[in-house]
Amino acid sequence: MSYLTEGFTLGSWLFTKDHKRIGILYALAITVFFFLGGIAATLIRLELATPAGDLVGADTYNKLFTLHGVVMVWFFLIPSIPSTLGNFLVPLMIGAREVAFPRLNILSWWIYVLGGLFVVATLVLGGVDTGWTFYTPYSTMFSNSYVVMAAAGVFVVGFSSILTGLNFIVTIHRMRAPGMTWFRMPLFVWAMYATSLILVLATPVLAMTLTLMAVERLWHVGIFDPALGGDPLLFQHLFWFYSHPAVYIMVLPAMGVASEVITCFARKRVFGYRFMAYAILGIAGFGFLVWGHHMFVSGQSIYAGMVFSLLSYMVAVPSAIKVFNWTATLYKGSIEFSAPMIYALGFVGLFTIGGLTGLFLAALAVDVHLTDTYFVVAHFHYIMVGGTVMAYFGGLHFWWPKVTGRMYPETLARVAALVMFFGFNLTFFPQYILGYLGMPRRYHEYSPDLQLLNVLSSAGASILAVGYLMPLAYLTWAMFHGKRAPSNPWHAKGLEWATTSPPPKDNFDAMPEVPRVPYEYDPRETPA
Amino acid sequence: MTHPPEWLLPAASEGAGRIDALFFSLLALTGFVAVAIALVALVFCVKYRRGSAADRSDPPSQLKALEIAWSTIPLVIFIGIFVWGARVYASLYQPADGAMKVFAVGKQWMWRIEHANGRREIDELHLPVDEPVRIVIATEDVIHSFYIPAFRVKQDAVPGRYTGLTVTPTRVGTYELLCSEYCGTDHARMGGHVIVMPKAQFAKWLAEGAPAGSMAAQGKATFQRLGCTGCHDPRSSLHAPELAGLFGRAVHLQDGRTVIADEAYIRDSILLPKKDVVAGFEPVMPSYQGQASEGDLLELIAYLRAQ
Repeated sequence: MSYLTEGFTLGSWLFTKDHKRIGILYALAITVFFFLGGIAATLIRLELATPAGDLVGADTYNKLFTLHGVVMVWFFLIPSIPSTLGNFLVPLMIGAREVAFPRLNILSWWIYVLGGLFVVATLVLGGVDTGWTFYTPYSTMFSNSYVVMAAAGVFVVGFSSILTGLNFIVTIHRMRAPGMTWFRMPLFVWAMYATSLILVLATPVLAMTLTLMAVERLWHVGIFDPALGGDPLLFQHLFWFYSHPAVYIMVLPAMGVASEVITCFARKRVFGYRFMAYAILGIAGFGFLVWGHHMFVSGQSIYAGMVFSLLSYMVAVPSAIKVFNWTATLYKGSIEFSAPMIYALGFVGLFTIGGLTGLFLAALAVDVHLTDTYFVVAHFHYIMVGGTVMAYFGGLHFWWPKVTGRMYPETLARVAALVMFFGFNLTFFPQYILGYLGMPRRYHEYSPDLQLLNVLSSAGASILAVGYLMPLAYLTWAMFHGKRAPSNPWHAKGLEWATTSPPPKDNFDAMPEVPRVPYEYDPRETPA
Repeated sequence: MTHPPEWLLPAASEGAGRIDALFFSLLALTGFVAVAIALVALVFCVKYRRGSAADRSDPPSQLKALEIAWSTIPLVIFIGIFVWGARVYASLYQPADGAMKVFAVGKQWMWRIEHANGRREIDELHLPVDEPVRIVIATEDVIHSFYIPAFRVKQDAVPGRYTGLTVTPTRVGTYELLCSEYCGTDHARMGGHVIVMPKAQFAKWLAEGAPAGSMAAQGKATFQRLGCTGCHDPRSSLHAPELAGLFGRAVHLQDGRTVIADEAYIRDSILLPKKDVVAGFEPVMPSYQGQASEGDLLELIAYLRAQ
């Protein structure tokens, strides 16, 4: 009997304490928000197909990009891999029967839903127009939209992040199977561990920042508005102290997924496993020290700018190491281009371009020209969408047989991966050029000279939308009609493949032991 | 809004060339790295595809020397880029001695410009070619960002403080002036043009539209209108700090600190007089918050500088 057949009532799902079911609840919830944010993105790209502001007015456009940012960052990207695949896989990968705190785990999902309701309420009431960054004093003293309601949603959903992070940290420390030492852990677990540290340490700062913002807006207590004796740069420091590490909350899990998938389909042990684990910790650690690179033209001291620039290059080193090691993993492998592998290789390529263009933005003088233009928009979409979303889909396909007990249609999945990759590049590559040419972000109207590049971008977005709708359709179909999956369809080595597909409620019939290092793949022993 | 006619962005300031040099060097470097990684990955993908007859003996899973090499080489390159970027960045903020001053105040949703002789313009900034200009930037309301793509410069306008940048336009022409920090409804429409003119033509333009008095003269009128003379006039019976010769001087404060009387100090002293009380004086000055606009403040500063 599998965890899926343990109960069929709605209550058996909504009040489950099973980490696997909670992973699925999260997957369903974030899918709703992914398509909500996607609708906003579609309208944004439609508006930008022409230079004039003809489809929607200025205020509506401002609300659209704010909704897109808030929903995609906090209600999709942050929980995407950790709360879905992480919840499902962390106990399985370390040989545990549950997470450390199953009740907190389901509570975190309910908190997520509550936070989501605030965002839906904001939307129904009329939206919010501050941008996802909530910069003061615009957000506290000038905006005539539902700022506090939206911030409340973000505040609330933060607690679901904290609970998930706390759960993973304790689970990974205390519940590893006999023999599962730290350096026998899969890199996905390392990534989840580092991500959890950031979730627990950074999210409270966001909660405090938004609270201070709401206090100033509601009761005019001077914190950020200089007219009341506050300082607007204080808000930016506090906001980016969370929001820069938040990028690593999104991308470290993606790196974890890519490491699992590439090693399996190259039939080769991850190259430089220890460097990979250290690089994950290095990125998480340095990630806390670079927030000021969002503020090179904000009026902060130029010496602060220099310190943050240098530290930003320090965080680029472990990122570069990871790209080199993934590439080296392919050497002398036996590579199969299955759908998860195409997604994972796509992730590496897009993350590399996103990372390399980060070098431009960390270079102080160049950032003066490029910051707040489409160059930045392109850069972070390469990291967060090209990187994280590609990896999320890669992971979804890779573990789909384990999660649902059914196979997905392979050919369709490969086509979708390629459509996504092509659509993504067509959408966002022209935006780098637009940024260099000086098109600022958050403009619903622009110079007619820039129309060609914007039309290319909008055309790419329509292809990207098809790429995202395809898995929605065929994975839904496969959930009910896919071919039954064996326990280990990829002949993969992790503990999660040692149990049945789908796993029993308690994960393992007999408690596993771990006598060896992970990823003992051999390219000469090719599975049939 | 019109865009410069060239497809590529014109480089119309002294700093623009230096920023472009770094930008295109980075483009070449990162382009090379990206293509190299892609090629290596592609070769591996083809050569080691499942079922190929490639040699797979002793597949390495780590090579310490290689890993140390590809950690340290990027590190050295990154530090090099950092130094290059930081040097050009610092040069953008060097206050050029004797640079002509222009004042820009952001307001939802326009840039108000005032020249030292008192000539004002809105959403247009006339500048002489080949002359260093110090642009002092302030805002009446929210954060804006003063952005001239053709000059490759951008600086946020931050409520409650003065920011600024120094540029030297090098090409006569008309360029875009934008707001690049989101500031509300008409953010996309905030901005206009920078018009760089030959020096003689600029001098003529500047003189033509000059109002009755320079910024300093208008500052003097504002000084009297707001009643500052009541205390700050040397003949006043009320004991207030002497302002003649104040600008640029060191000021000793009640709490032992010493500050330079720059634009920010004077602004704070008018709006938040209890923040920096001068040693030996009672903190009796009222705040002029809400009475002195950003434009008034800039004129008052110009007046004090001329004293």
